[in-house]
Amino acid sequence: MTERVEVRRGRYYDSVRLMQASAAAEAAPGVERALVAMGTDLNRSLLAGLGFTVPEGLGPDDLVLAIRAGDPAAADQALAAAGAALAAAPAPTGGGFEVPSPRRAGAVAQANLALISVPGPYAFVEAMDALRAGMSVMLFSDNVPLPQEIALKQEAIRRGLLVMGPGAGTALVHGVGLGFANAVRPGPVGIVGASGTGIQQLCCLLDDAGVGVRHALGTGSRDLHDEVGGASTLAAIDALAADPEVEVIAVVSKPPGPEAAEQVRAAAAGCGKPAAVAFMGEVTLEEAAREVLGLLGRPILQAYTDWAIVDGPHRPGHLLGLFSGGTLRDEARAVAGAVLREIATEAGAAGHAMLDLGDEEYTRGRPHPMIDHRTRLDFLAQAAADASVGVVLLDVVLGYGAHPDPAGALAPAVANLTTAGAAAVVSLCGTAADPQGRERQAAAIAEAGASVLLSNAAAARLAARLAGERP
Amino acid sequence: MNHLQGLLQTDPVVAAAGIDLLADALAAQGAAVTRVEWQPPVPGTEEALAALAADPAKASADDAALAALTGTRPHLVGMVPAHQAIPELAEGLLLHAGPPLSWGDCSGPMRGALIGALLYEGRAADPEEAGRLAARVPLEPCHHHHAAGPMAGVISASMPLAVVEDAATGRRAYSTLNEGLGKVLRYGAFAPEVIDRLHWMQAVLGPVLAAALARTGPIDLGALIAQALQMGDDGHNRNRAGTSLLLRALGPALVEGEGPAADRGAVFRFIQGNDHFMLNLVMAAGKLASDAASGIAGSSLVTVMARNGTEFGIRLSGTGDRWFTAPAPEVEGLYLPGFSAADANADLGDSAITETVGLGGMAMAASPAIVGFVGGTAAGAVRRTLEMYAITRGEHPLYRLPILEGRGTPAGIDATLVARTGIAPQINTGIAGREAGVGMVGAGLVEAPMECFVQAVRGLAARWAGPPAG
Repeated sequence: MTERVEVRRGRYYDSVRLMQASAAAEAAPGVERALVAMGTDLNRSLLAGLGFTVPEGLGPDDLVLAIRAGDPAAADQALAAAGAALAAAPAPTGGGFEVPSPRRAGAVAQANLALISVPGPYAFVEAMDALRAGMSVMLFSDNVPLPQEIALKQEAIRRGLLVMGPGAGTALVHGVGLGFANAVRPGPVGIVGASGTGIQQLCCLLDDAGVGVRHALGTGSRDLHDEVGGASTLAAIDALAADPEVEVIAVVSKPPGPEAAEQVRAAAAGCGKPAAVAFMGEVTLEEAAREVLGLLGRPILQAYTDWAIVDGPHRPGHLLGLFSGGTLRDEARAVAGAVLREIATEAGAAGHAMLDLGDEEYTRGRPHPMIDHRTRLDFLAQAAADASVGVVLLDVVLGYGAHPDPAGALAPAVANLTTAGAAAVVSLCGTAADPQGRERQAAAIAEAGASVLLSNAAAARLAARLAGERP
Repeated sequence: MNHLQGLLQTDPVVAAAGIDLLADALAAQGAAVTRVEWQPPVPGTEEALAALAADPAKASADDAALAALTGTRPHLVGMVPAHQAIPELAEGLLLHAGPPLSWGDCSGPMRGALIGALLYEGRAADPEEAGRLAARVPLEPCHHHHAAGPMAGVISASMPLAVVEDAATGRRAYSTLNEGLGKVLRYGAFAPEVIDRLHWMQAVLGPVLAAALARTGPIDLGALIAQALQMGDDGHNRNRAGTSLLLRALGPALVEGEGPAADRGAVFRFIQGNDHFMLNLVMAAGKLASDAASGIAGSSLVTVMARNGTEFGIRLSGTGDRWFTAPAPEVEGLYLPGFSAADANADLGDSAITETVGLGGMAMAASPAIVGFVGGTAAGAVRRTLEMYAITRGEHPLYRLPILEGRGTPAGIDATLVARTGIAPQINTGIAGREAGVGMVGAGLVEAPMECFVQAVRGLAARWAGPPAG
């Protein structure tokens, strides 16, 4: 038999909570008697009457916990139960009153991920606060200074957390899409990406091949700059390697700094799981998907889905790419560059050009072109009227966060373009489960006279061939 | 433990701050998402907030300050003549409420109280002489001497002070004894009856209470305050329960004590007739906690909020003795019959130390009895307390709110959270008449001026020596 009598001086509790604590202690296994009470005269005599030793100097403002149990472990357990009942942090809804909304992500009880999209100059404070509250952070905000990014990522490493971003547009965590993300089936692939649209394209290609994705972790486009050193990429590789449900890891990034590239390759090779590393410019996303499928032992698709290939005659002229993201533009430019020489990246060039209309230069205070198509509509109208444009290549991105009906917004302008005699090629980045209805979107764009293909690289090959044909 | 693993093994529970569309997309997937009511910080604090967020030691500094603030164990241990506790008073120094102040800047009630103190000490024969002398007397804040005083808060050498001691460290803080309502020194009155009462307090009240405390031993003020909150006090504008509990604790010793029974009876009646007697002791307990939380490098916890009738001042744990001040605001409130806002002085007194430690306006939800008095509804009082959690680092482990099912009061105001949310601490307070000697004209609510917090956050950021991030 073990007896424990503990005193906590000057700890006042109301009698109801004390009765709850006594009951909790007495309900613990192996407990014979338990009393949790203030040290009033009455309770001191009650304590003595129960056979406990009344502690020296116990006063009415002191809390006393007295336990008699079968063995020391049971007594400890009962004390812990009483302590828990006393400490029982009431829910923040205590009292049934309407609780004001939290004012900062870090104050949200129980959250394990903060999604921060406040203006860039304020993002650091919010993100750091969330990290210190034990949350990983997806930092959608842009324009976060590099030293702040480094500080956030160092703090995350210290705390075993992950910072996705800044400028992270896409993530998929345990099947939940954050930011711009496609509705992919659950599966064995874990993706780490410094590029949002790169992640989306890879997810869609894998989905087309019948392979699902468990997590896709964005890292922000500067993560593989040597100053940042791939901090989030390396942390994400470790985390995916430790997740037993992940069978193959894929790393997708814009061209990295040389040191960071080396570290990422080493981490991928040493992580204990098969890993594909795709640095854009060295490989296409199709090739990355092929490598992942190979590592999984799945059949490799010879071609990804297409909905329309319009191969007929079109007016002669150069190729104009109007992209909503830099990664798909860069991939298309590299692919088309094998056929066409000299593809400019600025508007107004005399020859072939591919533009990233998601770049600040073009958004000019408008929302991103994945949400708002006005900038692309302006360019499409100009292209239709410009007889020197022979082929227009577009990406259309579906999924959570994107425009609810991009085909509806773009199709009239595409029809106008094809009616004017130009060819139009669209890479449609989406899955069958995306909320916009991929088949309906594809049909509407095809109806406007455009070729529609799932793979961005395949679309670029088609556009380059069309633009390269001599009339 | 690697929290990242936890994230990847369970469904994400998301806190979303910023673009609504992103939270909408999560909600559409059926994901758990809580929307944050985010707004940009108070203008002028952006860079300072970023610099402070980059300080890797700040979180632990704030934790340490909060632990000190809420972990102090205040006990009323005795009474002492002020000059014994604060030797500089014997050399002619006078203490006052709030941040530093010169005679020329004093408001009416502050001037009246200083004049009254000089008359009480016999340093001047009449108010005119006292007024001339007051311009030359050295003045310092109570807060510079481990003390706090309500309203004008004037402390002079002969006044009896309550001694409140931390059980664990032996650290001490002091307050005057509450004179009651009506014509009293702390509201700037210096009529003969005011001075007579001060002499009685010196000759009878102090010694009788000292003798009673010698019989009772230390009285645990933390436990008394915790119980008073359960009984409808906020610890600032309502102290009826706390005063009753104190009197209950002192009662037997007053009855059984030695010395003239008439004196003991008079002391009993004096406390029994003054619902605010406990206020000064709550303030000393608060000052003790405030001192314990002071001087922790890098912490933005507010350790002092105090008003001298001209300026409102705050201090942070991490900025040492520096004051950050702004003009004292007007109090929004209800007025006693015959008075209006035109009669009110600007905000006055060290009593905002109660809010600093999680009482008063922070604990408004505890005190439905006074919400009408301070111009609100019971539901509104609860809402105001709930809002205060947005600017505090934690909750008080001892001071709990029955109406919120025992949740601790919001405690440990963080100046960076004030600057980030734009929510100022709410203070419950009495309103002094603007003319010396008029006394209390009403009571109400006041918000601490945002300018103090803007300066304080910038001051703390300037002090932190680390490399700026961005």
